[in-house]
Amino acid sequence: MVSAVFHSPVGPQAEPIEAPRTAAVRTPPAAPAAAPVPRPARVPYDWRGLALKVLPPIIGAALLIGIWALLTLKSTSFPTPAATFDEAVKVFSDPFYSKGPNDQGIGWNILFSLQRVALGFGMAALVGIPLGFMIGRFEFLSRMISPLISLLRPVSPLAWLPIGLLVFKAANPAAIWTIFICSIWPMIINTAVGVQRVPDDYLNVAKVLNLSEWKVITKILLPAVLPYMLTGVRLSVGTAWLVIVAAEMLTGGVGIGFWVWDEWNNLNVQHILIAIFVIGIVGLLLEQLLITVAKRFSFDE
Amino acid sequence: MKNFIQVQQAEMVFDTRKGRFHALRDINLSVAKGEFVTLIGHSGCGKSTLLNLIAGLTKPTGGTLICDNREIAAPGPERAVVFQNHSLLPWLSCFENVHLAVERVFGASESRAQLRARTQAALELVGMGHATPKRPHEISGGMKQRVGIARALAMEPKVLLMDEPFGALDALTRAHLQDELLKIVARTKSTVVMVTHDVDEAVLLSDRIVMMTNGPAATIGEILSVELPRPRNRVELAEDARYVHYRKEVLDFLYTRHGHVERVAA
Repeated sequence: MVSAVFHSPVGPQAEPIEAPRTAAVRTPPAAPAAAPVPRPARVPYDWRGLALKVLPPIIGAALLIGIWALLTLKSTSFPTPAATFDEAVKVFSDPFYSKGPNDQGIGWNILFSLQRVALGFGMAALVGIPLGFMIGRFEFLSRMISPLISLLRPVSPLAWLPIGLLVFKAANPAAIWTIFICSIWPMIINTAVGVQRVPDDYLNVAKVLNLSEWKVITKILLPAVLPYMLTGVRLSVGTAWLVIVAAEMLTGGVGIGFWVWDEWNNLNVQHILIAIFVIGIVGLLLEQLLITVAKRFSFDE
Repeated sequence: MKNFIQVQQAEMVFDTRKGRFHALRDINLSVAKGEFVTLIGHSGCGKSTLLNLIAGLTKPTGGTLICDNREIAAPGPERAVVFQNHSLLPWLSCFENVHLAVERVFGASESRAQLRARTQAALELVGMGHATPKRPHEISGGMKQRVGIARALAMEPKVLLMDEPFGALDALTRAHLQDELLKIVARTKSTVVMVTHDVDEAVLLSDRIVMMTNGPAATIGEILSVELPRPRNRVELAEDARYVHYRKEVLDFLYTRHGHVERVAA
């Protein structure tokens, strides 16, 4: 197959042994006459562990803001952290206003972007996952399509945009098309690799039981491939969110990418900085959401 | 029935990336109904390959294999396999793992309640009735192997094929499961072909021991009939002169006449 996969393949693992335990732990014959140590009633809360978890990210964030503040001390064109924060409070105090197509609240912009991502990504999943299954299952198809995937996958998202504009003759479908084409590859590849890596043992079980193809798919392939598939989905959502900003900058309309471009034209750098944070946070949330889903559906070997 | 399973002039040649590998040649073997046959030999002698041929998981490059008067063309539930590494599906519970097999074999003819009863009975037969809702990763290696055996037995196969079923277990668990298997086979009168590399296991369980020469191009070296009365008890047998004799025979074959020469990986 064409690409690395980010799901660790299942390997042989040591199994717990069912041996009966030797129960009697003998005390040494010359028992020391030590008085039993009184045990503390309850374990004290692990403040140190909590501090080690919480402090480093806070220090990191503080460092970033500190450097930013230092660098912008004497700058007139680049806003300081404080000014940006004040502006963010203003922006987020009314996220859902709408004053015509080119002036809408940040909430609308995010939602419109998310909608495009959902459409493009959803269609990519609908096409990519079944395609990945077929590529993984049929050697012929794999040899037929793998070179094409290798060829098309590294193409920059923006190179696809003109094709979309040409075919759909409208900006919005073109942006969705770009997301579709860019987020489909990780899903195809990971699903295919997952199918190819289904352990032979499981397929032998299917053969011995003479299961129908439907049962093989639902009872064996699908559960075995699911963790790989979800890794692909996660990578795809990440890509889709990366692409949407670039696509919207070019196509316009309402959306977080267009908002960035619009604010650049207004020379409102504070808003651009806010947008960068918003894009980052939304991306992070999407990723976390899918990690949660993946955990729910993964199984222990 | 004398010739329940018949292997005639079976030959197996693998086309690997490094060239052709001649695994088996001139295999002739017949197994009677209700017989317990073990295949023993050094690692790499093709005993698992022979088992896979009988299972139908691989097709021979020469010769024919027959089971119950029909040629073995593909794997099927009438020749159930217990795999070396249990091969339970990790996303199904013990019950569901067995039920999958039961449903496949009896689903067309029996009601749901009957299928569930069969599944439960199979798990109880191997002493796993208590662990039905557990997933395979929640139980020990020996227990997984039991569930694997339950899955195979639940299909009521004509032949039970076992590929080193106890190889991955510790000695105590292995002995325990061997005893269980003896009881189960005595009760179900199953025909069993089992691959092993454990001499004691072979003598204790078998009616006949098929000893294989070293590969490449391995074949059957000798067949030893073990005429020990059943039920067999491992503690009593340990001092039995006949048991010691059979054990010596197998050891003699494996280590004196066909001592394993570690080949440099070809």
